[in-house]
Formats: sequence, structure tokens, C-alpha cells
Amino acid sequence: MSRRLTLFRAAALALGFGFLYLPIALLVAYSFNASRLVAVWGGWSLHWYGELVRDDKFGAAAWNSLRIAAMAATLALLLGTCAGFAIERFTRFRGRAVFGFMLMAPLVVPEVILGLSLLLLFVASQAWLGWPAGRGLMTVTIAHATFGCCFVAVLVRAQLAGFDRALEEAALDLGARPFGVLWRVTLPGISPALVSGWLLAFTLSLDDLVVASFVSGPSATTLPMAVYSSVRIGVTPEVNALATVFLGVVILLIAGAFSLIARQERRRLSS
Amino acid sequence: MTGWARRRWLLIAPPFLWLLVFFLLPLGIVAAISLTQPADTIPPYTPLITRGAGGIEIDAGTASYRLLAQGDGRAYANSLGFAALATGLCLLVGYPIAFAIARAPKTWRNPLLFLVILPFWTSLLIRVYAWIAILQPTGVINRALEALGLIQAPLLLIYNGFSVVLGLVYAYLPFMILPLYGSLSQLDESLLEAAADLGARPAQVFWRVVLPLSLPGMAAGALLVFIPAIGEFVIPDLLGGAGTPMIGKVLWQEFFDNVDWPAASAVAMALVALLTAPLLLAQRLVERPREGET
Amino acid sequence: MPLLEISGVGKKFAAVAAVDGVSLSVERGELFALLGPSGCGKTTLLRLIAGFERPDAGRILIDGSDVTEMPPYRRPVNMMFQSYALFPHLDVAGNVAFGLRQEGMARRRREARVAEMLALVQMADYARRRPHELSGGQKQRVALARALAKMPKLLLLDEPLAALDRKLREETRLELIGIQERVGTSFVFVTHDQEEALGMASRIAVMEHGRIAQIGSPGEIYERPATRFVADFVGAVNLFDGVVVAGSNATGLKVEGIDAPLPLPDSPELPAGTHAALAVRPEKLRLSAERPEGAAIAATVTSVNYQGGVSVVHLATSSGHRLKAQMASADALGFARGEPVWAGWQAADGVVLRQ
Repeated sequence: MSRRLTLFRAAALALGFGFLYLPIALLVAYSFNASRLVAVWGGWSLHWYGELVRDDKFGAAAWNSLRIAAMAATLALLLGTCAGFAIERFTRFRGRAVFGFMLMAPLVVPEVILGLSLLLLFVASQAWLGWPAGRGLMTVTIAHATFGCCFVAVLVRAQLAGFDRALEEAALDLGARPFGVLWRVTLPGISPALVSGWLLAFTLSLDDLVVASFVSGPSATTLPMAVYSSVRIGVTPEVNALATVFLGVVILLIAGAFSLIARQERRRLSS
Repeated sequence: MTGWARRRWLLIAPPFLWLLVFFLLPLGIVAAISLTQPADTIPPYTPLITRGAGGIEIDAGTASYRLLAQGDGRAYANSLGFAALATGLCLLVGYPIAFAIARAPKTWRNPLLFLVILPFWTSLLIRVYAWIAILQPTGVINRALEALGLIQAPLLLIYNGFSVVLGLVYAYLPFMILPLYGSLSQLDESLLEAAADLGARPAQVFWRVVLPLSLPGMAAGALLVFIPAIGEFVIPDLLGGAGTPMIGKVLWQEFFDNVDWPAASAVAMALVALLTAPLLLAQRLVERPREGET
Repeated sequence: MPLLEISGVGKKFAAVAAVDGVSLSVERGELFALLGPSGCGKTTLLRLIAGFERPDAGRILIDGSDVTEMPPYRRPVNMMFQSYALFPHLDVAGNVAFGLRQEGMARRRREARVAEMLALVQMADYARRRPHELSGGQKQRVALARALAKMPKLLLLDEPLAALDRKLREETRLELIGIQERVGTSFVFVTHDQEEALGMASRIAVMEHGRIAQIGSPGEIYERPATRFVADFVGAVNLFDGVVVAGSNATGLKVEGIDAPLPLPDSPELPAGTHAALAVRPEKLRLSAERPEGAAIAATVTSVNYQGGVSVVHLATSSGHRLKAQMASADALGFARGEPVWAGWQAADGVVLRQ
């Protein structure tokens, strides 16, 4: 059966990837369109990138988003690594079922629920405890770290499951203390998961519109919120240009990180 | 983990408490607020617990839920229907892709998988936005069809159920492909050969061996698509119209446009109720010990 | 007409010939072994017979009809996989019934056949178990029952015993022979274990680098190996390389470092000056303190290796040749390390191998 279906399989791949990438390709192409009308080709132009640079509403929002994403991803990495270890290595502790549920549910619970519930928490906590004083970068960061850490935990857990426990036992046998083993053997061993986990949390935060819309304050508009308000008005080539820049940055970041991981992996295998 | 027996709470406690405070507790607050009434105060709802003359008084009512029951049922039907349809289509579209990747030469598999995951790393908002330019009356498809002389008036491709389902399939396809690939790539080649050896033609090998063995992947993929699709906001908001409300959008409108926080909370509770069964199923799938590994 | 006839079959992977010009035939009722080291092409040959690979050259005939281009699902042969390849989503009965359902056999007949097959392999009590609930030996039985259920003309077995532990392997070997005799189907099995091949097969094909080195009964393969490779691979052997010289009453083999030419068995006609090798099995060597009659070499005991009922005495000559002699352990007790001995044998027990 392996040879017969080759044509079918090639077609499946071509159609599938066409479906996934054609819209993005069109979006990128039309960002270089001289015409103001979408879908009417007016020749190549960088006009809309110029507009984008002049428009400072996106700049401030992008700076907010980057700061939030960096902080949220770092927090998510710390929490998610602990969580991934706990759920993978400790098979029995009180509350493990609840813990497992809390780690899995944010992955799939609709963003509107995450956003609304966190906002109501912040409002109630402000009324009862006086904290947080207002909503802004910090509340968005907390919200993004919350779902980010669940994604990190999934990646860490998966890599830990494939990690050879004998390496840890060998380190203990050679006199390393449990914390030393964690720091010098286990964490380096799962470093690909840590890198991709941070990156995933970072891009998820950068992409999030819904949760941020709920928990952000007037002073902390994020990039997706700014994009959303212009998209609601209509398709404009300027948003195409912004989207292209955004896609370019994310893809460069990811390609860089993955080639780093791949190179490390090769070095480890060859040495 | 070796040597951690007593100190393991150092690892468990931070994420556990964090999720307790920032995930589980807020869901409880949503439940509480859904029992209050809207008010012109800040925050815009009547307090649930007040310290009155006779001690602590609780003012809870089900007005929001009654409103919900009387309101438009279409949003719920749409959410379930669109999510189910999108799940089915994702399965139909995703299965051949996952199968092709799993059967591709070893060196191709990781790059192909990377290409499947890549869109997931880029903004959903932007990817959905890209479809507007394609589907709208002055969009790429209509212009092209007009230029070819195939149509006189633009086709209505957007702001209806079609565009919402298309958007859902587009956005959630990677979630279907990955678990499917996971179970298909673990399929032992010798099982397929054994089936052929026992007289099964390629199509029968697929129906009697490949498909049953990829059921766990299909179930996981279906849940990963179905659950978030039910509560999706961005896609029905940007690609849907007045005739295609979904729960996520209703919640958003109650909250932002009507500033009715109790109603929004009641919608959220209804959404949670809808999702409970598939969520519990999903957790059982994740936690189930893998059997049949020989 | 032989049941299986393979003529001039070749198969290349990339530029490497896995199977190279192989011809052989298997008769009805035979238990035929393909024996060789890993990478010799024996498994590829089996997969060619099953139809999982298409040969680049040659024909494969089963029961007189050409199946070279036939896909595996049409061939009247079934295979027992080395990994057993039991379907994890089906229970034991479902696995055994798989091929029968494919044939469209009526339910009642199918169930009767499944019961019969499970009884044959003594797994009748396990019909509703899933594969992951079975031990290695039980899986092996189910795999055998599944492959036999369709009553194939020819059963192929890929390393049928390799996944079992040693004790179980020996029991299962006898069972396989018994089952083969009862069902009468021809078995072709692949193994890298010479003991398994010698103990089970009615005939053996020894393979080396994709080619057949020798085909014969276990006795022929062991007693009369055709090539150095066969002599060396099947059982232990003492090999002497040298040049044939004409002696006073018989031809001999002049081996460097050994004074007298070694007497050759009289069967082959070898002109003087030919390069040849003499093979002598370790159990044919007799050790004695005095020089015996006939062929003998002076050597020193280097070690005695106790293996239970038998022992192997390792020897070295003054010129550096290493020899092995096998004998009952009681006989080996008398030899100590460093002791000078004579190693002698009957000239007829040696085998001449042309280069």
C-alpha cells in the first residue's frame, strides 16, 4: 500500500498546505500593493509600510505587547516547568486530579471565559483587598502567564517523559544532590522544551486579543487590540503591512529558535 | 523524582496555587456574579453579599438565567452546529494530510510538521483577517470569477455560516492534524503488512487496521477542535454576520456593548455547562495509560 | 512440481544487492530454513516470497503459478512476523479471524476455524484477551494461529523464536515441528541461529551476502560444508589453509608452521599445488599425551572451557595456530593449562574446502 497512494498523498499535502498558506501569502502580497483597494493590483509599492511607520498608534501598542509577552512568557516558563515536573514525576499527591484538570482546561477553555473570569477576579479583588489598583500591563501579564504556563507544562511534560531517568540516577550515584541533578542534568536535557515553551508562551501572548480586551485598562492597549479596532472598520493595506511585519518577526524568531534547537540536538548526537 | 520526596511541594505549590487563584477561583466568581443583577454602579452589578442591619445578607437571583432562557436560542444552536461541522470537516481535511506526513520519508516529516504548526504560532486575528480580503464582495475570489466572466454579481461568501465554518476549519486544522499524526506515525508498519498478508487490499487495510488504530488520535483531535470552536469569538465576529451569532460573541456583546456583567456571566456559565462533558472526556483521554504498546 | 520455486531472484536497495541471483525450490511438507548472519538477505528473500518487496530480477512460482507481480493480499502464503504484528485493537479471536473475514467466510465456519486454530496452539482459553495482556510465548502462538488460519500453501516465519527466552525457545521448537507435521503445510523460516536451523529444518539454505552458499539437509550442511563460510558459520571448526602436495600413498595439505603435511580425506581429486583449506570439527579432535596414528598436530593446552556436559579445550601450536577440541567434561578433566598434547583425528573426518 505504500507505493500506490503516492499521488493521492502528494495531492493531500499540496491542497492542505495551499489551504493553510494561501491566505497568508495573499495578505503579504497585497501589503506591497500600491492601490488602496484590496484585491485590485496597482503595482508594487512600499507605500503602506511608510504609512505604518508614520502611524504612532501601532508603535505604542506594539511596545506594550512586547513587554507583556516577555514578562508573561518568563513567568509562564517558571510556573509551567514546575507544573510539568510535578505532573510527570509525582504520580501520587493530594489534589493531583484537580491539578491535572487545571493544567489541561485553560488549553481549551474559550478565551472569552478566561478573559471574563479574570476580569471579575481583578474587580472583586480590587474591591475587597485594594489590589490590583488598576488594570493594565500587570493584569494582562498575569492573565497571559496563566494560560501560557499550561502550554509550557505540556511541552515540558512530553520531553520529560522521553528523558532517560538513568541519567539522573547516574548523577545521584556520582554524588550530585537532588537540586544539583535538576540543575545540571535534567534541565539541560529538556532545554528544547524550555526554549520552545517560552517561545510559545511569548507568541500566544503577542497574539491574544480576547483575554487582553477583558483584563486590560485604557492605558495598556496591546497590538492585537489596536489591529482589531482597525480591522473592524475594514480591510486596509496598512493593516496588511502591519500583519506582514508581524508574521515576519514571529517566523524569524521561531525559525531561529528551532534551528538552534536542531543544531544543539545534532551536536549532542554527534558527540 | 529521585530524592525529592519531601521537597516536592516546592515544585507543586507555585503552579498549583497560581492556577487555583487565577483559573479556578475566577470561575467561581463568574458563577457568583451571574446571580446578581445589573446596576449603574462601578462595578456594574448589585453586591451579592451585603452587611445589613440583620447581619450578612445574600442577594442572589436567577434573573440573568431567566433572561438567557427567554433569549435567542440560535447562538447556542449555531455554536454547537458550527463547531460540530467544523470538527467533521477538519477530520476530513486533516486525515489525508496527517496520513501523508506520517507516510512521508523520515527526513521530510519534521519539516512538514513544522509547516503545519507554523500558522498556529502566528496571530489568529491576522489569519482570520486574511480571509476577509479573499471572501468579501470585492475580494479576491469574486474579482477573479468576475474577470473570468463566470458570475455577474458577487457571490455572498462572507458574513454567513459558510464563512464562519470555513474560518473555524482554517484556524483549528493544525489541532486536528497533530494528534492524528501522533497516532498514525506510531502505527507499526508490520501491522499493515500483516493485514495485506492476510488478504486485505489497501482500502481494506485502511478501514480495518489504520482507521481503528487512529481512533484515539481522531478523538483527541476532535476535542481539541470542538471545545475551543464552541466558544470562539474572533471568527464569528470578523467572518460572521447578524444571522450567525455564536455564544462567544453573545458573551462579548453582553459585556462590552450592553455592559451587563451578570448576563455575560450567565452566558459564561452556560458555555461552561456545554463544555463540561467534552472537557472531562478530554482529560480522561490525556490521563489514560497507554495500552496496547507491544 | 515443487511447491515454491525461486529462480534467479535479485533485489537491490539503493546500490546494495540484498538478494543476488538466488534460486531454490521447496517441496510440499518441508520445514525449510534460511540461515545466515544478519544482513545476508534472508529476511529480504522471505519478504520477496510474501510479496512485500518486488524483485528486480527473476521469478517466484508458488504451486506452479507465477506470483512475481502478485500483491501480498492475493498470494496463497501467510507470514508470521518477527514482532508478531498482532492487531492491538482486536482480541485474540479477532486476530485469528482477520484473514478469514477478508475471505468472506461465513460466520459459523469462521468461528469453528478460529476455535480449531486456537486449540491447535493451545490458546483456546485466551480467545477474548487483547494482545497486550499476553506473554511473549502466548503472542507467538496467536501469531502462528493467525497465519495458519487461512490454510496457506506455504507458511513463512521470520525469526519465529527470536523473541522468546532460551528455555521457552527449546520447547517451542519442538511444538512448531509437531504443528507442522499435523497441518502438513510447508514452512519456510528465517533464522540466524544455526542450532535452530539444524534442530528444526528438513533442509537448510545457508546465505551469505545475498547469495546462497549451500543448500542441503542439516547433516550435509554440518558434516560436508561446501565453503569456508558455511563451515565457519554452522558450528565451530578448526580450519587449516595450505597447499596440496602429493605424498607417497595419499595427497596431503602443507600448512605453514606445521611440519608434516596433513592427510586429506580421499574423496576429492586435487592436483598438487592447489590452494585449499581443511576443516575439522572440534568434536573430531582426540587429545593424547603420545603421538597417535594418522593425522596429528603437537600443541599446548591454553585453557579449558567448562560448558556443563561438554568442555572445550583450547590449544595453540608452537607456530601460533589455535585449535579447539570438544569432549565430554569428564574426559577434559585430565588436561591442565600449559600441558603439551597431541591433537589427532581420522583423516576421513576432515573436509576439504576449495578456495
